[in-house]
Amino acid sequence: MSPRRLLAVWHARNLEFLRDRSTLIFNFLFPLALVVAFAVIFGGQPRALFKVDVVLPAGAALDARLHPFLDTRYVDFVRIGPEDVDATIRKVGRHETDLLLDLRTAPRYWVNEDSPKGYLAEKLLLESAGGRATREPVFGAAVRYVDWLLPGILGMNMMFSCLFGVGYVVVRYRKSGFLRRLSATPVTAFEFGAAQVLSRLLLTVSVTSLLYAALALLVPFRNEGSTLLLLLVAVAGALAMISFGFMMAARFASEELANGAINLASWPMMLLSGVWFSLEGAPAWLQQAAKALPLTQMLVAARAVMLDGASFADVLPHLGWLAAMTLLFLGIAASGFRWRAD
Amino acid sequence: MTPVLEVRELVKEYPGVRAVDGVSFSIAEGQCFGLLGPNGAGKTTTVEMMEGVTRPTSGSVLYRGEPLGPRFREEAGIQFQKTSLQEFLTVRETLALFSHLYPRGREVDALIETCALGEIADRDNRKLSGGQMQRLLLAIALANDPQVLFLDEPTTGLDPQARHNFWDLIRTIKRERRTVLLTTHYMEEAYFLCDVVAIMDRGRIIAEGPPSRLLREHFDDVVLELPREDFSGEAVDFPLPVLVASDRVEISTGDVEGALRALLDRGIPLRHLRIRPRNLEDLFLELTGRELRT
Repeated sequence: MSPRRLLAVWHARNLEFLRDRSTLIFNFLFPLALVVAFAVIFGGQPRALFKVDVVLPAGAALDARLHPFLDTRYVDFVRIGPEDVDATIRKVGRHETDLLLDLRTAPRYWVNEDSPKGYLAEKLLLESAGGRATREPVFGAAVRYVDWLLPGILGMNMMFSCLFGVGYVVVRYRKSGFLRRLSATPVTAFEFGAAQVLSRLLLTVSVTSLLYAALALLVPFRNEGSTLLLLLVAVAGALAMISFGFMMAARFASEELANGAINLASWPMMLLSGVWFSLEGAPAWLQQAAKALPLTQMLVAARAVMLDGASFADVLPHLGWLAAMTLLFLGIAASGFRWRAD
Repeated sequence: MTPVLEVRELVKEYPGVRAVDGVSFSIAEGQCFGLLGPNGAGKTTTVEMMEGVTRPTSGSVLYRGEPLGPRFREEAGIQFQKTSLQEFLTVRETLALFSHLYPRGREVDALIETCALGEIADRDNRKLSGGQMQRLLLAIALANDPQVLFLDEPTTGLDPQARHNFWDLIRTIKRERRTVLLTTHYMEEAYFLCDVVAIMDRGRIIAEGPPSRLLREHFDDVVLELPREDFSGEAVDFPLPVLVASDRVEISTGDVEGALRALLDRGIPLRHLRIRPRNLEDLFLELTGRELRT
């Protein structure tokens, strides 16, 4: 080995990296974005030990003057609307929230008979209220983490397949000149894009279905809803994410740049779309922002089907969102599509 | 009669360089038109503007009297100088892909036969030799049964045998009365294949016409070529102008007998003497003062 040659190649590569501004920016921007995302999600107050959803009288604030229990430390009190009471009772049943407290009239609470954390939260409530609250028992087994995580893992796998499978490949076609060759044929950008999207859709949905079937045999998991509806959710989600990948690749001519950009889009999606953990404790603005991500919409709908047995009508708003995103991304991609690298 | 293709005052500017500088010409139905010139003369830029894949800075390109549009894209076949194909496809699958992009796509088997691809039809397109790849690219260009065919430096990098095989293919295509635009820096190729040539240099056309007419107009002599070592020391008092190249000397004359006598008088061996007519390469040298293959 010649250290001299090694040094020469090392130096040239460093220069190339430093002069490729776009790649350089992504290499620095991406870790920074990751740190910021973690700080926002997990930062602030120490993590609460219990989560209690509270229904308040109209116009009231989450304040200890309303009820002394609200002054308890290390309890995460989340205000919910009266319209969310039924859904929250189901969450108590699945151990997703420890207690539901209704303060609109005389204090009344729902607690799961089988939940250890619910038992302790109830003790704290009764201690602070001097035992004055009506008890409404709820029954139900806890949602296992695996049941909650499985849609997230499958969704994350789909997301990477959709974004990189289309985005990276289209950029490579452009760089190699294959797109330039196609531009001399009657093929339009929309036709080309649609073909890419449908090809990746077939692959992604097939692979995900196989994974789903294999996992059902290996790690029996909960699916309360229709498998066909779940498939529809997967198709709608995959379409939106593939279109997103195609939009990202509509103009780039460098694989490194495309790689950076897709990473920049996929990692926040993985963190903010609820793949690994729920964002319920995160700031409201972040939860709202997360709703705009296609992976969030797909996972919320998939979990609703699998954990709650949601119907087509229940997930229709999510499907509508995903369809709208698909059209928006494809429209932007087709209008700004570049056939040539230069 | 309306030309198949017409180029009017075509200009292409890149930052700091005018690659094509006001080029105009037209190509008639069934004609094989050659755009010649050294590398960097502006041939590829011109042809890409004519193909509609590069936007001109100014000027216009007309196909059958109209600006390039969907009709042109359906009736034009294009072989780019450099192109990549979709990977992991065989020759047959690649042709099927392109054939299906056109409303009047030719049968894949017919394309395979026309371009002599039978033996490699089921081979991965990444495993083709240079000549085989050029034949595949030509077949792709013919996939829509085109009325007009663009061939940009189709034989660059091929060995002489592969080049001659390719010329045979082009001759077959010419017999089908297709209009062909060929760019090349091989003058021999242009001479053998083209009905009309336009010679480009530094973004401009410096001569245009049928090759034999251009040569007649500019030359009335032939060239006597001798190895340089056979001529050493004799050039000083030789009565005719002598061009000394790296490995040979060239004597241009209209009086062949007189030139031969002068050579014999000086005892110059004629064993390796070659007499050749003027060619397009000589014409380029005459017009620009520079060798073509630089």
